[in-house]
Amino acid sequence: MEHYRQNLRAFAAFFVPSAGWLLVFFVVPLAIIFVYSVSETISLTEIKTTWTFENYARLLEPEILTLFWRSLWLAGISTVICLCVGYPVALVIATAPAKVKPWLLLLIILPFWTNLLIRTYALLNILGTRGRLNGLLEWIWTQGDRALTFIGLGAYDLIGEDFEPITFLGRWSGVIIGLVYVHLPFAILPIYASLEKLDRSYLEASLDLGAGQWRTFRSILLPMTMAGVMTAAIITFIPMLGSFLTPALLGRGQVDMIANVIERQFKGANELPFGSAMSLFLLYVTFIILAIQSFAASRGSRRGIK
Amino acid sequence: MAKRKKPAPFDYARKWPLRLTFLLTTLFLYAPIVVLVIFSFNNSRRGGNVIWRGFTTDYYVKAWNNAGLVEAFVNSLAIAVISTVFAVFLGAITAVTLWRFRFPFKPAYEGLVALPIVIPEICLGVAIAVLFSTLGLYVPPGAPWPFNLTNIIIAHITFSFPFAAMVIRTRLNTFNREMEEAAKDLGASEYRVFRDILLPHMKPGLIAGALLAFTLSLDDFVITFFTSGPDTVTFPVKVYSMVRFSVTPEINAASTVLILITLVVTAIAMRFQTFEDPR
Repeated sequence: MEHYRQNLRAFAAFFVPSAGWLLVFFVVPLAIIFVYSVSETISLTEIKTTWTFENYARLLEPEILTLFWRSLWLAGISTVICLCVGYPVALVIATAPAKVKPWLLLLIILPFWTNLLIRTYALLNILGTRGRLNGLLEWIWTQGDRALTFIGLGAYDLIGEDFEPITFLGRWSGVIIGLVYVHLPFAILPIYASLEKLDRSYLEASLDLGAGQWRTFRSILLPMTMAGVMTAAIITFIPMLGSFLTPALLGRGQVDMIANVIERQFKGANELPFGSAMSLFLLYVTFIILAIQSFAASRGSRRGIK
Repeated sequence: MAKRKKPAPFDYARKWPLRLTFLLTTLFLYAPIVVLVIFSFNNSRRGGNVIWRGFTTDYYVKAWNNAGLVEAFVNSLAIAVISTVFAVFLGAITAVTLWRFRFPFKPAYEGLVALPIVIPEICLGVAIAVLFSTLGLYVPPGAPWPFNLTNIIIAHITFSFPFAAMVIRTRLNTFNREMEEAAKDLGASEYRVFRDILLPHMKPGLIAGALLAFTLSLDDFVITFFTSGPDTVTFPVKVYSMVRFSVTPEINAASTVLILITLVVTAIAMRFQTFEDPR
């Protein structure tokens, strides 16, 4: 690596275009948002910078707090589901024969290459009250009902008199299914990567020394792949928290998350200052999560856990 | 490892609960897309995606004749191609800067480059949209295609070039600096070294970066949603506005075409990469 002064012209040629682009189209926009967040709306078209903190104070209104809480909760549950499903899937890929491994990996990544909007739209079609998922559930119900009748319990209506379709759209259940559906590959890949790097002789040693499969998983496999699980949690949780499309389409405007309300401030309500304060707040939350993660990672590596 | 047989370590792929989880997950990931593709051939306007009324390709014809949909589709592809070219260029020079030079505040600059990757999409979308509206940076109405898409293209370059930079930098780490020194010793100029030594080495990284930027651009909804105007609509934005009113098999048909395009591009790129970089 050379010092930039040794070859100033070459450095400038490489550095200036990209740094300039970042400055104009990334740093300046964020700075403008910041200025707006401390401004006031005076009239329909006029916004005055008064260095007020009123927009941030508005974030503490009960309505907004409920919104933040709901977003955190939805993203949190979906992240946990992604990890619980993603870990076994990653385990299967990592331990598959070398020949099939790339194909299994491709199988998981391929849906991720499909357009996000198309995937959400596809899910929208499945989740309706007359959609395929309820069709499947109804079929299972009919079979169960028939089995119960067969063993003589049909008269008691143990699983209900008739099949009741479950409403997913416009409910939190639909939004969670959507969030998991969209982000699942993000959870699988980091866990898979950490499983690949794992020294397998530790597992052999544990099993040789008489620990069962479950004990080996709990005290060896899981702690040693914790870094991958943490990465998976972070890169699913952050986009989920700021997700717009899933709650907009699957929540039908009844299960709003932060991004939906931000969008309304800019596109409908013409509340630029408040919308800016909300976006910056979301940004700060993201930074705090990343800071906690890097702190935990550095502490983890100091303790010798890879 | 082959000596022992009973408690096979790390043989989780053979355990049926895990296999079942894998199978169900795959089913969960693919079933909605498969249903979408099947129902693009459904001969029913009202039934939409619920009742099968026989096979037809009418909705492909209808989608093809829907001028708004086709325009949005072409816009999406144009934006993806143009922004990819810029993103790869900016990504490449960013990667070279970070790989080659020591300079003051370098860790801070590295953080800044990674920032567009980690910040929530909605924040970036809002910020860029506000930049354009505050500074009055609007493309004059009636600008010739594809210049009317400039705002969206700028936004796409901004979020995709850091991804390209990351991929290219990973590739640069495998470069053997002695090659560069040898070329310089033999009298090659700075430019010559870049063109004949460094660039060929970077090529697989450039292709991978381009593929990533192209897919990200084609995939993006949120940032485009904020930077697009009434006359500059991309495919995802158009579908979003259509879905809000009604669900029609036309959308299924158009979606199926886009899925096919993505599949073909991915397949070609993967082929290409295995030829380029057999390691």
